[in-house]
Amino acid sequence: MFKQLSEGQADNVEIILNGQSVLVSRGISVAAAALSHQQRFTRTTPVSDSKRAPFCMMGVCYDCLMVIDGKANQQACATYVQQGMRVDNQQGVGPAMENG
Amino acid sequence: MKNHYQLLIIGGGPAGLAAATIAAKDGISCAVLDEQPTLGGQIYRAIESIPEQRAKKLGSEYRRGKNIAEAFRLSDAEYYPNTKVWSLNNQREVGILQNDKASILSADQVIVASGAMERPVPFPGWTLPGVMQAGAGQILYKSAGIVPDNGVVLAGSGPLLLLLAWQYLHAGVEVKALLDVTPLSNHIGALPKFPRALLAHHYLTKGIGYQIALKRAGIPMLFGVSDLRADGDGVCQSVGFKHSGKQKTIESELLLTHFGVIPHIWLTQSAGCKHQWDDSQQCWRPEHDEWGNTDISGILVAGDGAGINGARSAEHAGRLAGLEALFALGVINQSERDNRGVKERKWVRGERHIRPFLEKYYQIPKKLLATDIDETIICRCEEIAAGEIRQAVRDGHDNTNQVKFFTRCGMGPCQGRQCSNAVAHLVADESGKSVKEMGHFRGRPPVAPLTLEQLATLKQEVAE
Ligand code: FES
Repeated sequence: MFKQLSEGQADNVEIILNGQSVLVSRGISVAAAALSHQQRFTRTTPVSDSKRAPFCMMGVCYDCLMVIDGKANQQACATYVQQGMRVDNQQGVGPAMENG
Repeated sequence: MKNHYQLLIIGGGPAGLAAATIAAKDGISCAVLDEQPTLGGQIYRAIESIPEQRAKKLGSEYRRGKNIAEAFRLSDAEYYPNTKVWSLNNQREVGILQNDKASILSADQVIVASGAMERPVPFPGWTLPGVMQAGAGQILYKSAGIVPDNGVVLAGSGPLLLLLAWQYLHAGVEVKALLDVTPLSNHIGALPKFPRALLAHHYLTKGIGYQIALKRAGIPMLFGVSDLRADGDGVCQSVGFKHSGKQKTIESELLLTHFGVIPHIWLTQSAGCKHQWDDSQQCWRPEHDEWGNTDISGILVAGDGAGINGARSAEHAGRLAGLEALFALGVINQSERDNRGVKERKWVRGERHIRPFLEKYYQIPKKLLATDIDETIICRCEEIAAGEIRQAVRDGHDNTNQVKFFTRCGMGPCQGRQCSNAVAHLVADESGKSVKEMGHFRGRPPVAPLTLEQLATLKQEVAE
């Protein structure tokens, strides 16, 4: 859905996104990293198991909840990538989804 | 970080930064608390770290933020990024969260410069992945240099939509269409407000400039669009709408919508400040005077969080609130406050000239605010549909807070930020009352969800 524009020198960190190692720009949010790496959705809802993805990117909608370094319910738009960070799609209220 | 400040400012956008810059000059203890990792607020997001090339493409209005940030850096105000404020009470106690640790600060004066958020307007399919708010698209671009790679449809109403289309055009993004949902009757209704808008003609020329550029680039711009929807199997695959009496569909995996912005009032609400329904801006906002004083002594508001007037106005309103705080603290006297505020007040009034026109021109039609499609999800968190809310009203629950407790609408993690306006409009529509009478969801602390672990850090601190 999204791509990272190339703007000169790349300064990347490596994260593990749904089990895959990917390079992302230093300092971007986890939500931005997921959206620019072919993740069409980042969680499913507890109520109806529907797919959801970040919606507002500014911390108000809570649709971007993901499992980050094993911790569920983290706001991916307000969490910033770190070298070696593990990011997984979230299923319902808690656990990471198998195979993303 | 101290436990007590003479002045605490919540929000690091243009209003908060300008307030801090003017107030800290006079030697008071002053700190800015901001949720974001970098200063500038949403409007000037990433203003200090953005690569020059990207900043240029975003346009001159964005780059204005550089001066505000620079002036703030030169001041003595303390600055705390990554600091989430989760409560504010009428004693001016401010609950904050930093690195998963909760604590409480106090202040003699508090300026709430919480800014604006996109007005959430539910329509069929708005919860599908691939449907996002236009502001989200802007944030991705400003702060990460990330843009749509497979085309985008922009839909809704308001100047930001035009600006984003223009910014995307310059970034080489395919804008498949721009769908304007404002009914053509708005344009006629806005005509009487046009002469006053001419006093702020730079806004008009900018807007027209964007339109011309988009037209030249061959981007389809459709006006008077209705019945907007997103469809797809689990994710957005197409955008449907009605235009000149015909049903149309555009294939797109991405739809960015914008229906104007509304003040972020959760903090002033939980503090107990008086709020009023602004008919022209179609939103609730805290009541305040020209200096930003709310009805609670020592709590001031500035910028879009006080009512939508835009980034430039926010800067001046921030300075006025900063001066008022200095006056209240006894640092300057009334005549000094008045003298130093003369120019700022003039600016604030000048910036208002364009607003009545914009507000009328881009007014969101009632049919969108209170959808008549029962299946439309209103509460994204609890997945409550419009029909359930209307049914609750028919069952005798005729105000927003009753409907909330009855349906659980607004009780999920976003605490009603996405649905409270829509619920008010639906309940008003179904019960034949006005939105004004509906009231807003009651705001209670914490205004952001805290985990038990985070709360425990607070208890420890209090015990120590
Ligand atoms: S995308 Fe809305 S809170 Fe993160």
